[in-house]
Amino acid sequence: MADLAHEVRELVLRMGTTAHGTHVGGSLSAADVLTVLYHEVLRLRPEQPDWADRDWFVLSKGHASAALYAVLAQRGFIDRTELATYGAPGSRLAGHPLRRLPGVEFPTGSLGHGLSLASGVALGLRRTGRPGRAFALLGDGELQEGSVWEAAMNAGHHGLDNLVAVVDRNGLQISGSTEECVSLEPLGDRWRSFGWAVAEVDGHDLGALREVFAALPDSAGRPTVVLARTVKGRGVPLFEGKKKSHSVQLTPRLFQRALTGLNARRAR
Amino acid sequence: MPETAAQLPGAAGAAQAAEPTWQERYGVAAREVYRRTLLELARTDPRIICVDSDMGGLETLFGEELPSQYVNVGIAEANLMGVSAGLAATGLLPYANTLSGFAAARACEQVKIDVAGNNLPVRIVATHAGLSAGHYGPTHHAVEDLAILRTLPNLTVVVPADAVETEYAVRATADLPGPLFLRLGRAATPLVHEEPYEFTVGKARELRAGTDVTIVATGPYPVSMALEAARELAARGVSARVLNMHTIKPLDREAVLAAARETGGIVTVEDHLVAGGLGAAVCEVVTQEAPCRVHRIGVPDRFFDHVADERQLLELAGINPAEIAAAAARLAAAPR
Repeated sequence: MADLAHEVRELVLRMGTTAHGTHVGGSLSAADVLTVLYHEVLRLRPEQPDWADRDWFVLSKGHASAALYAVLAQRGFIDRTELATYGAPGSRLAGHPLRRLPGVEFPTGSLGHGLSLASGVALGLRRTGRPGRAFALLGDGELQEGSVWEAAMNAGHHGLDNLVAVVDRNGLQISGSTEECVSLEPLGDRWRSFGWAVAEVDGHDLGALREVFAALPDSAGRPTVVLARTVKGRGVPLFEGKKKSHSVQLTPRLFQRALTGLNARRAR
Repeated sequence: MPETAAQLPGAAGAAQAAEPTWQERYGVAAREVYRRTLLELARTDPRIICVDSDMGGLETLFGEELPSQYVNVGIAEANLMGVSAGLAATGLLPYANTLSGFAAARACEQVKIDVAGNNLPVRIVATHAGLSAGHYGPTHHAVEDLAILRTLPNLTVVVPADAVETEYAVRATADLPGPLFLRLGRAATPLVHEEPYEFTVGKARELRAGTDVTIVATGPYPVSMALEAARELAARGVSARVLNMHTIKPLDREAVLAAARETGGIVTVEDHLVAGGLGAAVCEVVTQEAPCRVHRIGVPDRFFDHVADERQLLELAGINPAEIAAAAARLAAAPR
């Protein structure tokens, strides 16, 4: 699993070398969560993306597309070679995910949409008696969108225990700290007050993430939010905890530095 | 496939003693007929889900008889659209209920990206369209909804002319594979249709034949006013064709082009801004393919902060049979 997470990070950096760069910081912070979800948690059939009994995943923080494409490639939804086309004219790999890419349920990128979509899916699965669950990965800055709380209030009220929100709590948004921009804490209490079961976890501890997700649903009759404490740019010392890592185009030299840092961090 | 009148209730032969009369069946607000029709459809189609945003009444109508086909998301229109898109993605047929201004403006991005962008079979059924909210004031008027929503790819936009057409439209779009915006008013309006007819999505209905000028109208009062204007014109020797353009998207281009080529010009009438709605859509077609004179009648570029009912607001906006007839007479008299 650690190898897979490492590879996700390396693939993100490679996509960052393409003409427009990519959202490196938020992709790296979500890398471990996505790795555990796609390799251990989500029930998927890559050869049959519309399998009726699958779990659904919505990347509400659509700008972390590079990390999503990396795990989709690892699971065989797309070919690894396609990753090199990221952002290029004619590619299926846009800066924010397109629905025509196998494995992508909804196009996302405008923040504040994903939890509503996943709630609708969860309701639909419940209504049609299917076993699948709906997962949405949200950014923490995204929680400043009011529509997130419309969705949270509604999902809590309707007791959607087949719905899981994961918050990539890296603490940074474009302008800096979330707490300095518009503060989110006490975040766990806020979700609890909306009727959600709350699990807090180190979002880079693969074992802890597995444990949390294995225990889902956390609470019968309630949706669960996993607050994954993460570090923006995690794994690449050059970017860790830096708001400038939000969107980066990596020159060959910068890429080498980043990759060296990534490998060194792993060797430690 | 759109249903035809022959398949519709009330269309078959002589009414039984117990059958309600046409007037009893349709002499109510279009939104009541919509609700009744949806409930009838939902009884035999478990895919239908009534998604409510605290509209009032649906919780008893649906919630009591078909609770498993009802969900109320509360006063939260953005979430209404996202949840509906999610439901549709799992194979269900959600009917998202809200007011037109809230659908088109407040939740516009969710409609654009989640509903239209995914081409999902969400049916957005919006009441209080145009100036029908009357004395509720400009926060509840929706005179820009068509301009906004007809620009969205995949979305079918239907504006029934009365309660009869509302039922036909709901039935005809029940199996539409993509998203729908159904634009309804608030209170009861005059019946345009006194007997069964064939309703087809995307096909304008000629309510009156004519050769001198064409009046193209959409929505309850505009269509009935267009008919009234045509009768006045006939008395003055002007032959006016009247088209009920119940589908704004996809627009019936053939009917518009035929009007442009066969008559002396087109007057458009709508309870919507002059900018961006039916009149604009008609102009887009004729300017490219059959240039002709077009006179657009609609709501001028201003907010209505008068306290007035729907008819009075329309009058203030200059939407009335006399204006329509005058404009049509000018076009009919102009050299071709």
